[in-house]
Amino acid sequence: MTKRMYPFYFIAIALVFYLVFAVIPSLMGIFLSFTDWNSYSRVTHFIGFDNFATIFSSDENYLHGIKNTIVFTISTIILKTVIGLFLAELVNKKIKFKNLHRVLIFMPAIIPMLVVGIIFKSIFNPEYGLINEALRTIGLGQWTQQWLTDVQWAFKSIIAVDVWKGTGYIMVILLAGLQSISHSYYEAAEIDGATAMMKFRFITLPLLLPALTVTTVLNLLYGLKIFDTVYVLTNGGPGYTTDVVYTQVFSQFSLGSYGVGTALITVLFVIMTILGYVAIRLMSREEYNG
Amino acid sequence: MIKSIVIKSLIQNITVWIISLIAVIPVLLIFINAVKTVSESSSMNFALPRRIQFENFTTVIEKGKLSHSFLNSLMYSSISSFVCIFISAMAAFVLVRNRTRLNRFLYLFIIMGIALPLNYFTLIDVMKWTELLNTRAGIIVLYMVTQIPFSVFIIYGFIGSLPKELDEAGVIDGCGPKRLFFSVIFPMLQPAVVTVFILSFLNTWNEFVLPLYYLNSAQKWPMTLAVYNFFGQFQQSWNLVSADILLTILPIVIIYLLGQRFIIAGMTNGSVKG
Repeated sequence: MTKRMYPFYFIAIALVFYLVFAVIPSLMGIFLSFTDWNSYSRVTHFIGFDNFATIFSSDENYLHGIKNTIVFTISTIILKTVIGLFLAELVNKKIKFKNLHRVLIFMPAIIPMLVVGIIFKSIFNPEYGLINEALRTIGLGQWTQQWLTDVQWAFKSIIAVDVWKGTGYIMVILLAGLQSISHSYYEAAEIDGATAMMKFRFITLPLLLPALTVTTVLNLLYGLKIFDTVYVLTNGGPGYTTDVVYTQVFSQFSLGSYGVGTALITVLFVIMTILGYVAIRLMSREEYNG
Repeated sequence: MIKSIVIKSLIQNITVWIISLIAVIPVLLIFINAVKTVSESSSMNFALPRRIQFENFTTVIEKGKLSHSFLNSLMYSSISSFVCIFISAMAAFVLVRNRTRLNRFLYLFIIMGIALPLNYFTLIDVMKWTELLNTRAGIIVLYMVTQIPFSVFIIYGFIGSLPKELDEAGVIDGCGPKRLFFSVIFPMLQPAVVTVFILSFLNTWNEFVLPLYYLNSAQKWPMTLAVYNFFGQFQQSWNLVSADILLTILPIVIIYLLGQRFIIAGMTNGSVKG
Protein backbone atom coordinates (compact mmCIF):
# COMPACT_ATOMS: atom_id res chain seq x y z
CA MET A 1 0.00 0.00 0.00
CA THR A 2 2.82 2.39 0.87
CA LYS A 3 4.17 2.30 -2.65
CA ARG A 4 0.82 2.86 -4.30
CA MET A 5 -0.44 5.60 -1.96
CA TYR A 6 2.81 7.55 -1.75
CA PRO A 7 4.05 7.70 -5.33
CA PHE A 8 7.53 8.97 -6.09
CA TYR A 9 6.32 11.54 -8.61
CA PHE A 10 4.91 13.59 -5.70
CA ILE A 11 8.52 14.19 -4.67
CA ALA A 12 9.83 14.32 -8.20
CA ILE A 13 8.19 17.61 -9.23
CA ALA A 14 9.85 19.70 -6.50
CA LEU A 15 13.02 17.64 -6.76
CA VAL A 16 13.44 18.21 -10.50
CA PHE A 17 13.08 22.00 -10.16
CA TYR A 18 15.52 21.98 -7.27
CA LEU A 19 18.02 19.86 -9.18
CA VAL A 20 17.86 21.80 -12.43
CA PHE A 21 17.98 25.34 -11.01
CA ALA A 22 20.00 24.93 -7.81
CA VAL A 23 22.08 21.76 -7.70
CA ILE A 24 23.19 21.36 -11.31
CA PRO A 25 24.41 24.99 -11.64
CA SER A 26 26.48 24.53 -8.48
CA LEU A 27 28.05 21.32 -9.77
CA MET A 28 28.71 22.92 -13.18
CA GLY A 29 30.27 25.78 -11.27
CA ILE A 30 32.77 23.52 -9.56
CA PHE A 31 33.87 22.23 -12.96
CA LEU A 32 33.96 25.66 -14.63
CA SER A 33 35.97 27.25 -11.84
CA PHE A 34 38.95 25.35 -13.25
CA THR A 35 38.58 27.08 -16.63
CA ASP A 36 39.12 30.55 -18.09
CA TRP A 37 35.38 30.89 -18.81
CA ASN A 38 34.25 34.44 -19.65
CA SER A 39 31.37 36.15 -21.38
CA TYR A 40 33.32 37.15 -24.49
CA SER A 41 34.38 33.85 -25.98
CA ARG A 42 32.55 30.61 -26.50
CA VAL A 43 35.60 28.41 -25.97
CA THR A 44 36.85 27.67 -22.49
CA HIS A 45 40.21 26.23 -21.57
CA PHE A 46 41.17 24.15 -18.61
CA ILE A 47 43.56 26.21 -16.50
CA GLY A 48 43.87 24.13 -13.36
CA PHE A 49 43.93 25.98 -10.06
CA ASP A 50 44.75 29.41 -11.56
CA ASN A 51 41.44 30.98 -10.53
CA PHE A 52 41.87 29.79 -6.97
CA ALA A 53 45.47 31.01 -6.99
CA THR A 54 44.12 34.42 -8.04
CA ILE A 55 41.59 34.43 -5.23
CA PHE A 56 44.11 33.49 -2.56
CA SER A 57 46.96 35.64 -3.85
CA SER A 58 47.86 38.65 -1.76
CA ASP A 59 48.19 40.93 -4.81
CA GLU A 60 44.47 40.82 -5.42
CA ASN A 61 41.61 42.09 -3.32
CA TYR A 62 39.71 38.85 -2.86
CA LEU A 63 41.28 37.88 0.45
CA HIS A 64 40.17 41.25 1.76
CA GLY A 65 36.59 40.46 0.71
CA ILE A 66 36.76 37.07 2.41
CA LYS A 67 38.16 38.68 5.54
CA ASN A 68 35.37 41.28 5.56
CA THR A 69 32.75 38.58 5.12
CA ILE A 70 34.14 36.72 8.13
CA VAL A 71 34.36 39.91 10.24
CA PHE A 72 30.78 40.75 9.26
CA THR A 73 29.53 37.26 10.11
CA ILE A 74 31.22 37.05 13.50
CA SER A 75 30.31 40.56 14.63
CA THR A 76 26.66 40.25 13.55
CA ILE A 77 26.37 36.87 15.29
CA ILE A 78 27.68 38.35 18.54
CA LEU A 79 25.77 41.64 18.39
CA LYS A 80 22.44 40.17 17.29
CA THR A 81 22.60 37.38 19.86
CA VAL A 82 23.58 39.60 22.79
CA ILE A 83 21.14 42.41 21.97
CA GLY A 84 18.45 39.92 20.94
CA LEU A 85 18.78 38.05 24.22
CA PHE A 86 18.65 41.29 26.20
CA LEU A 87 15.50 42.37 24.32
CA ALA A 88 13.86 38.96 24.71
CA GLU A 89 14.47 39.08 28.47
CA LEU A 90 13.10 42.62 28.56
CA VAL A 91 9.95 41.88 26.56
CA ASN A 92 9.40 38.73 28.63
CA LYS A 93 9.12 40.85 31.80
CA LYS A 94 5.87 42.23 33.10
CA ILE A 95 5.75 45.29 30.90
CA LYS A 96 2.78 47.05 29.40
CA PHE A 97 1.82 46.57 25.72
CA LYS A 98 4.05 43.51 25.46
CA ASN A 99 2.63 42.38 22.14
CA LEU A 100 2.81 45.85 20.60
CA HIS A 101 6.51 46.06 21.44
CA ARG A 102 7.15 42.65 19.97
CA VAL A 103 5.42 43.66 16.74
CA LEU A 104 7.32 46.97 16.54
CA ILE A 105 10.76 45.53 17.30
CA PHE A 106 10.27 42.77 14.74
CA MET A 107 9.12 45.24 12.04
CA PRO A 108 12.55 46.05 10.51
CA ALA A 109 12.86 42.38 9.51
CA ILE A 110 10.05 42.64 6.98
CA ILE A 111 11.17 45.82 5.21
CA PRO A 112 13.11 45.17 1.99
CA MET A 113 16.86 45.66 2.42
CA LEU A 114 16.94 47.85 -0.68
CA VAL A 115 14.53 50.27 0.99
CA VAL A 116 16.35 50.08 4.32
CA GLY A 117 19.53 50.97 2.45
CA ILE A 118 18.00 54.06 0.89
CA ILE A 119 16.55 55.24 4.20
CA PHE A 120 19.86 54.81 6.00
CA LYS A 121 21.70 56.62 3.22
CA SER A 122 19.62 59.61 4.23
CA ILE A 123 20.04 58.99 7.97
CA PHE A 124 23.83 58.65 7.60
CA ASN A 125 24.18 61.71 5.36
CA PRO A 126 26.99 63.84 6.85
CA GLU A 127 25.31 67.23 6.23
CA TYR A 128 21.59 66.79 6.77
CA GLY A 129 21.32 63.20 8.03
CA LEU A 130 19.35 62.44 11.17
CA ILE A 131 22.30 61.06 13.15
CA ASN A 132 24.67 63.96 12.60
CA GLU A 133 21.89 66.52 13.12
CA ALA A 134 20.90 64.85 16.37
CA LEU A 135 24.54 64.83 17.52
CA ARG A 136 24.89 68.54 16.71
CA THR A 137 21.63 69.37 18.48
CA ILE A 138 22.70 67.76 21.74
CA GLY A 139 26.08 69.46 21.51
CA LEU A 140 28.18 66.51 20.44
CA GLY A 141 29.13 68.06 17.11
CA GLN A 142 32.64 66.63 17.37
CA TRP A 143 31.21 63.11 17.20
CA THR A 144 29.72 63.61 13.73
CA GLN A 145 31.24 61.36 11.09
CA GLN A 146 31.19 60.68 7.39
CA TRP A 147 29.47 57.41 8.26
CA LEU A 148 29.48 55.74 4.87
CA THR A 149 32.48 57.32 3.17
CA ASP A 150 35.05 57.29 5.96
CA VAL A 151 37.28 54.21 5.74
CA GLN A 152 37.19 53.91 9.53
CA TRP A 153 33.41 53.96 9.78
CA ALA A 154 31.89 52.56 6.58
CA PHE A 155 32.03 48.88 7.49
CA LYS A 156 30.92 49.55 11.07
CA SER A 157 27.92 51.49 9.77
CA ILE A 158 26.99 48.57 7.50
CA ILE A 159 27.15 46.19 10.46
CA ALA A 160 25.04 48.59 12.52
CA VAL A 161 22.31 48.73 9.86
CA ASP A 162 22.27 44.96 9.58
CA VAL A 163 22.01 44.56 13.34
CA TRP A 164 19.17 47.10 13.38
CA LYS A 165 17.33 45.09 10.76
CA GLY A 166 18.05 41.58 12.01
CA THR A 167 17.92 41.70 15.79
CA GLY A 168 14.12 41.67 16.07
CA TYR A 169 14.01 38.32 14.30
CA ILE A 170 16.58 36.82 16.67
CA MET A 171 14.69 38.31 19.62
CA VAL A 172 11.48 36.59 18.57
CA ILE A 173 13.14 33.17 18.36
CA LEU A 174 14.85 33.61 21.74
CA LEU A 175 11.60 34.89 23.25
CA ALA A 176 9.84 31.71 22.18
CA GLY A 177 12.69 29.80 23.81
CA LEU A 178 12.40 31.79 27.04
CA GLN A 179 8.64 31.28 27.20
CA SER A 180 9.07 27.54 26.96
CA ILE A 181 11.14 27.45 30.19
CA SER A 182 8.95 26.40 33.09
CA HIS A 183 8.46 28.92 35.89
CA SER A 184 8.92 26.26 38.55
CA TYR A 185 12.70 26.21 37.97
CA TYR A 186 12.93 29.89 38.82
CA GLU A 187 10.66 29.51 41.84
CA ALA A 188 12.75 26.63 43.17
CA ALA A 189 15.92 28.65 42.66
CA GLU A 190 14.40 31.62 44.48
CA ILE A 191 13.60 29.45 47.47
CA ASP A 192 17.23 28.36 47.49
CA GLY A 193 18.20 32.03 47.49
CA ALA A 194 19.62 32.35 43.97
CA THR A 195 20.40 35.85 42.67
CA ALA A 196 19.12 37.10 39.31
CA MET A 197 22.58 36.58 37.81
CA MET A 198 22.73 33.00 39.08
CA LYS A 199 19.27 32.24 37.72
CA PHE A 200 20.33 33.54 34.31
CA ARG A 201 23.60 31.64 34.36
CA PHE A 202 22.31 28.29 35.65
CA ILE A 203 18.72 28.10 34.40
CA THR A 204 18.12 30.43 31.45
CA LEU A 205 21.33 29.91 29.50
CA PRO A 206 21.46 26.10 29.56
CA LEU A 207 17.77 25.74 28.77
CA LEU A 208 18.02 28.33 26.01
CA LEU A 209 20.88 26.50 24.33
CA PRO A 210 18.75 24.88 21.58
CA ALA A 211 17.29 28.28 20.63
CA LEU A 212 20.74 29.88 20.73
CA THR A 213 22.06 27.14 18.44
CA VAL A 214 19.32 27.91 15.95
CA THR A 215 19.91 31.66 15.98
CA THR A 216 23.65 31.17 15.59
CA VAL A 217 23.16 28.85 12.62
CA LEU A 218 20.72 31.29 10.99
CA ASN A 219 23.04 34.25 11.56
CA LEU A 220 26.01 32.28 10.26
CA LEU A 221 24.32 31.21 7.03
CA TYR A 222 22.94 34.73 6.54
CA GLY A 223 26.25 36.45 7.28
CA LEU A 224 28.33 34.39 4.86
CA LYS A 225 25.90 35.14 2.04
CA ILE A 226 25.68 38.86 2.80
CA PHE A 227 25.27 40.98 -0.32
CA ASP A 228 22.31 43.35 -0.25
CA THR A 229 23.23 45.40 2.83
CA VAL A 230 26.67 46.19 1.44
CA TYR A 231 25.45 46.64 -2.13
CA VAL A 232 22.88 49.30 -1.28
CA LEU A 233 24.86 51.18 1.36
CA THR A 234 28.36 51.44 -0.13
CA ASN A 235 28.61 48.93 -2.99
CA GLY A 236 32.05 47.98 -1.66
CA GLY A 237 33.30 51.56 -1.35
CA PRO A 238 35.07 53.75 -0.43
CA GLY A 239 37.59 52.13 -2.74
CA TYR A 240 37.35 48.45 -1.96
CA THR A 241 37.28 48.77 1.83
CA THR A 242 33.82 47.31 2.40
CA ASP A 243 33.86 44.66 -0.33
CA VAL A 244 32.50 41.25 0.70
CA VAL A 245 32.57 38.00 -1.30
CA TYR A 246 29.21 38.54 -2.96
CA THR A 247 29.82 42.14 -4.03
CA GLN A 248 33.01 40.86 -5.65
CA VAL A 249 31.02 38.09 -7.30
CA PHE A 250 28.61 40.69 -8.65
CA SER A 251 31.37 42.88 -10.06
CA GLN A 252 32.96 39.81 -11.72
CA PHE A 253 29.55 39.11 -13.20
CA SER A 254 29.27 42.64 -14.59
CA LEU A 255 32.83 42.45 -15.95
CA GLY A 256 32.09 39.15 -17.64
CA SER A 257 35.01 37.26 -16.10
CA TYR A 258 32.97 34.27 -15.06
CA GLY A 259 35.88 31.96 -14.22
CA VAL A 260 37.05 33.87 -11.14
CA GLY A 261 33.49 34.61 -10.06
CA THR A 262 32.51 30.96 -10.27
CA ALA A 263 35.62 30.00 -8.32
CA LEU A 264 34.61 32.47 -5.60
CA ILE A 265 31.14 30.96 -5.36
CA THR A 266 32.66 27.48 -5.36
CA VAL A 267 34.81 28.34 -2.36
CA LEU A 268 31.67 29.53 -0.59
CA PHE A 269 29.72 26.51 -1.80
CA VAL A 270 32.18 24.10 -0.20
CA ILE A 271 32.19 26.01 3.10
CA MET A 272 28.39 26.26 3.16
CA THR A 273 27.92 22.59 2.30
CA ILE A 274 29.98 21.58 5.32
CA LEU A 275 28.36 24.13 7.64
CA GLY A 276 24.90 23.41 6.26
CA TYR A 277 25.36 19.67 6.82
CA VAL A 278 26.45 20.21 10.42
CA ALA A 279 23.60 22.67 10.98
CA ILE A 280 20.95 20.34 9.63
CA ARG A 281 22.23 17.47 11.74
CA LEU A 282 22.10 19.74 14.79
CA MET A 283 18.62 21.03 14.04
CA SER A 284 16.99 17.71 13.18
CA ARG A 285 18.75 15.84 15.95
CA GLU A 286 15.58 14.80 17.74
CA GLU A 287 14.54 12.90 14.67
CA TYR A 288 17.51 10.57 14.88
CA ASN A 289 17.29 10.14 18.62
CA GLY A 290 13.58 9.47 18.63
CA MET B 1 10.80 47.35 48.64
CA ILE B 2 7.59 48.24 46.80
CA LYS B 3 9.13 51.52 45.72
CA SER B 4 12.14 49.80 44.18
CA ILE B 5 9.89 47.42 42.25
CA VAL B 6 7.92 50.36 40.86
CA ILE B 7 11.12 52.10 39.78
CA LYS B 8 12.46 48.93 38.24
CA SER B 9 9.32 48.36 36.20
CA LEU B 10 9.31 52.03 35.16
CA ILE B 11 12.87 51.71 33.87
CA GLN B 12 11.98 48.52 32.02
CA ASN B 13 8.97 50.13 30.38
CA ILE B 14 10.95 53.20 29.32
CA THR B 15 13.78 51.07 27.92
CA VAL B 16 11.35 49.02 25.86
CA TRP B 17 9.73 52.16 24.47
CA ILE B 18 13.11 53.58 23.47
CA ILE B 19 14.02 50.37 21.67
CA SER B 20 10.69 50.15 19.88
CA LEU B 21 11.17 53.75 18.83
CA ILE B 22 14.62 52.99 17.40
CA ALA B 23 13.05 50.14 15.45
CA VAL B 24 10.33 52.31 13.88
CA ILE B 25 12.05 55.70 13.54
CA PRO B 26 13.27 55.10 9.97
CA VAL B 27 9.76 54.10 8.92
CA LEU B 28 8.22 57.15 10.61
CA LEU B 29 10.79 59.31 8.86
CA ILE B 30 9.51 58.01 5.52
CA PHE B 31 5.88 58.61 6.48
CA ILE B 32 6.47 62.24 7.43
CA ASN B 33 8.75 63.15 4.55
CA ALA B 34 6.52 61.53 1.95
CA VAL B 35 4.02 64.39 2.30
CA LYS B 36 6.45 67.33 2.34
CA THR B 37 7.61 69.65 -0.42
CA VAL B 38 11.04 69.21 -1.98
CA SER B 39 12.64 71.99 0.06
CA GLU B 40 11.06 70.84 3.33
CA SER B 41 12.40 67.34 2.79
CA SER B 42 15.88 68.43 1.68
CA SER B 43 17.00 67.63 5.18
CA MET B 44 15.18 64.46 6.19
CA ASN B 45 13.94 65.14 9.70
CA PHE B 46 10.84 65.04 11.85
CA ALA B 47 9.69 68.63 11.28
CA LEU B 48 6.03 68.48 10.30
CA PRO B 49 5.06 69.66 6.81
CA ARG B 50 3.25 73.01 6.53
CA ARG B 51 0.71 71.49 4.17
CA ILE B 52 0.27 67.79 3.44
CA GLN B 53 1.32 67.18 -0.16
CA PHE B 54 -0.81 64.28 -1.32
CA GLU B 55 0.09 65.01 -4.93
CA ASN B 56 3.52 63.49 -4.24
CA PHE B 57 1.90 60.09 -4.52
CA THR B 58 0.33 60.73 -7.90
CA THR B 59 3.62 62.19 -9.18
CA VAL B 60 5.47 59.12 -8.00
CA ILE B 61 3.00 56.65 -9.46
CA GLU B 62 3.34 58.42 -12.82
CA LYS B 63 7.10 59.00 -12.89
CA GLY B 64 8.13 55.82 -11.15
CA LYS B 65 5.79 53.63 -13.23
CA LEU B 66 4.74 52.15 -9.94
CA SER B 67 1.53 50.47 -11.06
CA HIS B 68 3.56 48.48 -13.56
CA SER B 69 6.14 47.23 -11.12
CA PHE B 70 3.47 46.67 -8.50
CA LEU B 71 1.70 44.25 -10.82
CA ASN B 72 5.01 42.58 -11.64
CA SER B 73 5.82 42.06 -7.97
CA LEU B 74 2.32 40.84 -7.25
CA MET B 75 2.55 38.34 -10.08
CA TYR B 76 6.05 37.09 -9.19
CA SER B 77 5.35 36.69 -5.49
CA SER B 78 1.88 35.20 -5.63
CA ILE B 79 2.42 32.69 -8.46
CA SER B 80 5.77 31.48 -7.18
CA SER B 81 4.56 31.16 -3.58
CA PHE B 82 1.40 29.39 -4.66
CA VAL B 83 3.07 26.80 -6.89
CA CYS B 84 5.92 26.35 -4.43
CA ILE B 85 3.52 25.43 -1.64
CA PHE B 86 1.73 22.85 -3.74
CA ILE B 87 4.79 21.02 -4.96
CA SER B 88 6.56 21.33 -1.59
CA ALA B 89 3.55 19.96 0.28
CA MET B 90 3.26 17.04 -2.16
CA ALA B 91 6.94 16.23 -1.73
CA ALA B 92 6.85 16.64 2.04
CA PHE B 93 3.79 14.40 2.27
CA VAL B 94 5.47 11.44 0.58
CA LEU B 95 8.78 12.11 2.33
CA VAL B 96 7.09 11.92 5.74
CA ARG B 97 4.81 8.98 5.06
CA ASN B 98 7.19 6.74 3.18
CA ARG B 99 10.47 6.91 5.06
CA THR B 100 12.71 4.74 2.98
CA ARG B 101 16.45 5.20 3.08
CA LEU B 102 16.30 7.08 -0.21
CA ASN B 103 13.54 9.41 0.98
CA ARG B 104 15.36 10.26 4.20
CA PHE B 105 18.37 11.18 2.12
CA LEU B 106 16.25 13.22 -0.30
CA TYR B 107 14.73 15.17 2.59
CA LEU B 108 18.14 16.18 3.91
CA PHE B 109 19.30 16.84 0.35
CA ILE B 110 16.41 19.23 -0.30
CA ILE B 111 16.62 21.14 2.98
CA MET B 112 20.37 21.56 2.47
CA GLY B 113 19.17 24.12 -0.06
CA ILE B 114 18.44 26.49 2.84
CA ALA B 115 22.19 26.86 3.27
CA LEU B 116 23.58 26.57 -0.24
CA PRO B 117 24.47 29.61 -2.34
CA LEU B 118 23.12 29.87 -5.88
CA ASN B 119 25.71 29.96 -8.62
CA TYR B 120 24.66 33.01 -10.65
CA PHE B 121 27.12 32.33 -13.44
CA THR B 122 26.21 28.80 -14.42
CA LEU B 123 22.55 29.51 -13.72
CA ILE B 124 22.64 31.81 -16.76
CA ASP B 125 23.44 28.83 -18.97
CA VAL B 126 20.63 26.81 -17.45
CA MET B 127 18.27 29.75 -17.99
CA LYS B 128 19.35 29.96 -21.62
CA TRP B 129 18.77 26.24 -22.24
CA THR B 130 15.34 26.40 -20.68
CA GLU B 131 14.66 29.67 -22.58
CA LEU B 132 13.80 31.45 -19.34
CA LEU B 133 16.52 34.11 -19.38
CA ASN B 134 15.12 37.62 -19.10
CA THR B 135 11.51 36.43 -18.89
CA ARG B 136 8.87 36.83 -16.23
CA ALA B 137 8.37 33.07 -16.10
CA GLY B 138 12.09 32.68 -15.41
CA ILE B 139 11.97 34.90 -12.33
CA ILE B 140 8.87 33.09 -11.08
CA VAL B 141 10.60 29.72 -11.46
CA LEU B 142 13.73 30.95 -9.68
CA TYR B 143 11.75 32.45 -6.81
CA MET B 144 9.85 29.20 -6.50
CA VAL B 145 13.06 27.17 -6.39
CA THR B 146 14.63 29.40 -3.74
CA GLN B 147 11.58 28.91 -1.49
CA ILE B 148 11.28 25.11 -1.90
CA PRO B 149 13.80 23.97 0.77
CA PHE B 150 12.33 26.12 3.53
CA SER B 151 8.73 25.26 2.60
CA VAL B 152 9.49 21.53 2.58
CA PHE B 153 11.17 21.92 5.96
CA ILE B 154 8.17 23.62 7.61
CA ILE B 155 5.46 21.49 5.99
CA TYR B 156 7.42 18.27 6.68
CA GLY B 157 7.37 19.07 10.40
CA PHE B 158 3.65 19.77 10.25
CA ILE B 159 2.64 16.64 8.33
CA GLY B 160 4.59 14.60 10.86
CA SER B 161 2.03 15.65 13.47
CA LEU B 162 -0.97 14.45 11.39
CA PRO B 163 -2.07 10.92 12.35
CA LYS B 164 -1.51 8.26 9.74
CA GLU B 165 -5.00 6.92 10.42
CA LEU B 166 -6.27 9.77 8.23
CA ASP B 167 -4.56 8.20 5.24
CA GLU B 168 -5.90 4.77 6.11
CA ALA B 169 -9.44 6.11 6.38
CA GLY B 170 -8.98 7.74 2.99
CA VAL B 171 -7.74 4.50 1.46
CA ILE B 172 -10.68 2.52 2.87
CA ASP B 173 -13.03 5.07 1.31
CA GLY B 174 -11.34 4.37 -2.01
CA CYS B 175 -9.11 7.41 -2.49
CA GLY B 176 -6.23 7.26 -4.90
CA PRO B 177 -3.00 9.12 -3.99
CA LYS B 178 -4.11 12.37 -5.66
CA ARG B 179 -7.56 12.36 -4.03
CA LEU B 180 -6.01 11.46 -0.69
CA PHE B 181 -3.57 14.33 -0.87
CA PHE B 182 -5.79 17.03 -2.31
CA SER B 183 -9.07 16.31 -0.51
CA VAL B 184 -7.89 14.87 2.80
CA ILE B 185 -4.35 15.96 3.61
CA PHE B 186 -3.94 19.37 1.98
CA PRO B 187 -6.98 20.95 3.71
CA MET B 188 -5.59 19.76 7.05
CA LEU B 189 -2.34 21.61 6.35
CA GLN B 190 -4.02 25.00 6.41
CA PRO B 191 -2.10 26.59 9.33
CA ALA B 192 1.27 25.57 7.92
CA VAL B 193 0.25 26.58 4.41
CA VAL B 194 -0.85 30.06 5.49
CA THR B 195 2.43 30.60 7.32
CA VAL B 196 4.56 29.36 4.46
CA PHE B 197 2.59 31.40 1.94
CA ILE B 198 2.98 34.65 3.89
CA LEU B 199 6.68 34.06 4.50
CA SER B 200 7.52 33.14 0.96
CA PHE B 201 5.38 36.02 -0.34
CA LEU B 202 7.30 38.48 1.87
CA ASN B 203 10.68 36.97 0.97
CA THR B 204 10.06 37.17 -2.75
CA TRP B 205 8.46 40.61 -2.54
CA ASN B 206 11.59 41.92 -0.80
CA GLU B 207 14.09 40.08 -2.99
CA PHE B 208 16.00 42.02 -5.63
CA VAL B 209 19.17 40.08 -6.36
CA LEU B 210 17.73 37.63 -8.88
CA PRO B 211 16.03 40.32 -11.00
CA LEU B 212 19.25 42.33 -10.71
CA TYR B 213 21.14 39.46 -12.33
CA TYR B 214 18.52 38.11 -14.72
CA LEU B 215 16.10 40.84 -15.80
CA ASN B 216 17.56 43.57 -17.95
CA SER B 217 14.41 45.34 -19.08
CA ALA B 218 12.80 47.86 -16.74
CA GLN B 219 9.37 46.72 -17.95
CA LYS B 220 9.76 43.49 -16.01
CA TRP B 221 11.25 44.90 -12.82
CA PRO B 222 9.63 44.22 -9.49
CA MET B 223 8.91 47.05 -7.05
CA THR B 224 12.19 46.81 -5.14
CA LEU B 225 14.31 47.38 -8.25
CA ALA B 226 11.96 50.08 -9.50
CA VAL B 227 12.28 51.98 -6.24
CA TYR B 228 16.06 51.69 -6.33
CA ASN B 229 16.14 52.98 -9.87
CA PHE B 230 13.81 55.81 -8.91
CA PHE B 231 16.16 56.74 -6.07
CA GLY B 232 19.00 56.90 -8.59
CA GLN B 233 17.07 59.40 -10.72
CA PHE B 234 15.51 61.55 -8.02
CA GLN B 235 18.17 61.57 -5.29
CA GLN B 236 17.60 65.28 -4.70
CA SER B 237 13.85 64.99 -4.12
CA TRP B 238 13.66 63.10 -0.86
CA ASN B 239 9.93 63.76 -0.66
CA LEU B 240 9.31 61.82 -3.87
CA VAL B 241 11.75 59.09 -2.87
CA SER B 242 9.93 58.78 0.46
CA ALA B 243 6.53 58.63 -1.22
CA ASP B 244 7.83 55.96 -3.55
CA ILE B 245 9.23 53.94 -0.64
CA LEU B 246 6.01 54.35 1.30
CA LEU B 247 3.94 52.90 -1.54
CA THR B 248 6.43 50.04 -1.91
CA ILE B 249 6.40 48.97 1.72
CA LEU B 250 2.72 49.68 2.39
CA PRO B 251 1.47 46.29 1.10
CA ILE B 252 3.98 44.31 3.16
CA VAL B 253 3.45 46.38 6.29
CA ILE B 254 -0.29 45.71 5.99
CA ILE B 255 0.28 41.99 5.40
CA TYR B 256 2.65 41.97 8.35
CA LEU B 257 0.23 43.70 10.73
CA LEU B 258 -2.63 41.42 9.68
CA GLY B 259 -0.64 38.23 9.65
CA GLN B 260 2.03 38.86 12.28
CA ARG B 261 0.78 35.95 14.34
CA PHE B 262 1.45 33.55 11.45
CA ILE B 263 4.71 35.20 10.47
CA ILE B 264 6.23 35.07 13.92
CA ALA B 265 4.92 31.55 14.45
CA GLY B 266 6.39 30.44 11.13
CA MET B 267 9.75 32.01 11.69
CA THR B 268 10.12 30.38 15.08
CA ASN B 269 8.55 27.11 13.96
CA GLY B 270 10.83 24.15 13.59
CA SER B 271 13.54 26.10 15.32
CA VAL B 272 12.39 25.96 18.92
CA LYS B 273 10.80 22.86 20.27
CA GLY B 274 10.07 23.33 23.97
